[in-house]
Amino acid sequence: MRYSALSIVRNALTGHRHWQPAWRNAEPRSRYDVVIVGGGGHGLATAYYLAKNHGVRSVAVIEKGWIGGGNTGRNTTVVRSNYFFPESAAFYELSLKLYEGLSRELNYNIMLSQRGMMNLAHSRHQVEMAHRVLNGMRVNGIDAEWLEPAQVHEIEPLLRLDGRFPVYGALIQRRGGTARHDAVAWGYARGADQLGVDIIQQCEVTGFVKQGNAITGVKTSRGDIVAGKVCLSVAGHTSQLAALAGLPLPITSYALQAFVSEPVKPVLNTVTLSPSTGVYISQTDKGEVVIGGGLDLYPSYAQRGNLHTVENVVAGMLDMFPMFSRLRLMRQWAGIVDVVKDSSPILGPSPVDNLYLNCGFGTGGFKAIPAGGFTMAHTLATGKRHPLIEGFGLERFTTGALIDEAGASGIAH
Amino acid sequence: MLKIDCPFCGPRDEIEFRCGGQSHITRPGPHSEVSDTAWAQYLYLRGNPKGWHYERWLHASGCRQWFNVVRQTTTHEIKAIYAMGAPRPDVEGGS
Repeated sequence: MRYSALSIVRNALTGHRHWQPAWRNAEPRSRYDVVIVGGGGHGLATAYYLAKNHGVRSVAVIEKGWIGGGNTGRNTTVVRSNYFFPESAAFYELSLKLYEGLSRELNYNIMLSQRGMMNLAHSRHQVEMAHRVLNGMRVNGIDAEWLEPAQVHEIEPLLRLDGRFPVYGALIQRRGGTARHDAVAWGYARGADQLGVDIIQQCEVTGFVKQGNAITGVKTSRGDIVAGKVCLSVAGHTSQLAALAGLPLPITSYALQAFVSEPVKPVLNTVTLSPSTGVYISQTDKGEVVIGGGLDLYPSYAQRGNLHTVENVVAGMLDMFPMFSRLRLMRQWAGIVDVVKDSSPILGPSPVDNLYLNCGFGTGGFKAIPAGGFTMAHTLATGKRHPLIEGFGLERFTTGALIDEAGASGIAH
Repeated sequence: MLKIDCPFCGPRDEIEFRCGGQSHITRPGPHSEVSDTAWAQYLYLRGNPKGWHYERWLHASGCRQWFNVVRQTTTHEIKAIYAMGAPRPDVEGGS
C-alpha cells in the first residue's frame, strides 16, 4: 500500500481497520543469493539497495531480535557529514544526500530535520582546529561555516557562553541535523519487503557452513540456509560472528549511552556538540531533550551503561545549558558499539571468501546507514568494491593506510 | 560501577582507574623479521570476547601501577586480579 494523504483519509473514514503490515514476517527459505546478518539500518538498507539498484531479489535479512532493535533504535539520531579526510567526506556526504531524498524514495516519512550541527570551540587552539576542519570540509565540497560567539548566541540563546568551557565560536554544518531512527529502519524494511526481500526476525545465526576458505551458508536457530554471499551488519557483535567464521578483527566493543529527558516546549534549535566534554544535545519534535556523550571506559557487552558516565554526561550538559538543571531524565540506555582504532568503518570483502563486512562504525553508524547500504549493495552485487569504500577495507590495518578520523575531525571517542 | 581491588592500595572506585585493554599481548620481534601481518595483529587485532576478558588496568588516580584483571564483559564481574608478568589464571570459560 502506498502511503499518501488520500490513504490516511480513506483509512480514517473506514475506522483504520484496513492498514496492512508494512512488511511480511517471512519464514526462512532454504537458499538465498545474499544473506544479510543483522536487521538494523545498515542491513535493511543493504537489502533494499540490492533489490532496487541491482535487481538482486533473492535476499534475506536475518535478525536475532526484532528489526531496528539494536543500535539503530538506541542512537541519538544525528545525521551530518562534517568529516575531514576526502574518503570520509565523500562517503558521509553520499549518506547525507541520500537522507535528503529518503522520505520520497521510500514513501515513508523519516522526519529529516536539517536544523544544523554545531561543533563548539572552547579555546583558541580549538578555534584553530575547527578552522582546519572547516577548510577541509569546504575543499571536499561540503557546507561549513564559522560562527562567532554572538552568532552562536543568536542560534542557541540558552547556551552558556562563559561556563567552565567558554564558547569561542562554533563550526556549523547547516545541512546536518536529525532523522527519526525507527522510521529509517522501518522505511527501508518496507521498501525491501516490497521488492521481495525476506525479513526474518527472531532468528539467530549460530554458525557458518564453510567449504575450505569459503562460506556457503549460515546455521541459524531456525535451520541451515544456503547462501551465495553473507554480509555481517551487526555492529558491536561483529567480533562474535566473525569468530564463528574464524576471522579475528581489529574491533573492541564498548557501551555507548544516550539519554532523553521529559518532553518540554521547543528550546533547542540545533544539534550542539561540546568537544571538551564530548557531550552533544538536541531536542526531538516531541520535545524530549536527547543527550549523548562519550563511551563507557572499558569493553562491555552490557546494554545498560555505567553510572559515572551518566554523571559526566549530565555535568557536561549542565555546563552548556544550566537551565536544564531541573529537567528530569526519562530514559537512559546503552548500545554496544564496534570501535576501531582510526574511528573509520570497515567495509567490503573479508579474507574469508563470500563473507563481507559492514562494521567498525563505532559511535557513528546511524548517519551512515544510506551510504553503508548503498555501497555494500554495490559491492555484494558486482563483487567489486564501490569506489567510495575502497579506502575502508580491512587490509588498511596491515598496509597502515588508516583513515584516522579520531584525530582529524575530533570525534570525541 | 566497579569496585576494583588494587593490589597496592586496596578496593577503590572504578573512576580512579583506566582500562588499558587486552592483556598478554607479546610484541613480536626482532623488528626486522616481523611481517606486516604479524605487526597488524600485534597493533590492532583484539579478542573482544563476550565473556571473560583478560585485561590490563592502571590505577591512574592512585598508585599509578599497572596490573591485570579478569572481568566478565556482560556482567562486569571481576574474577581475578594479578600482577603484571604473572601467568594468566584459568577461569572457566575464559579465552
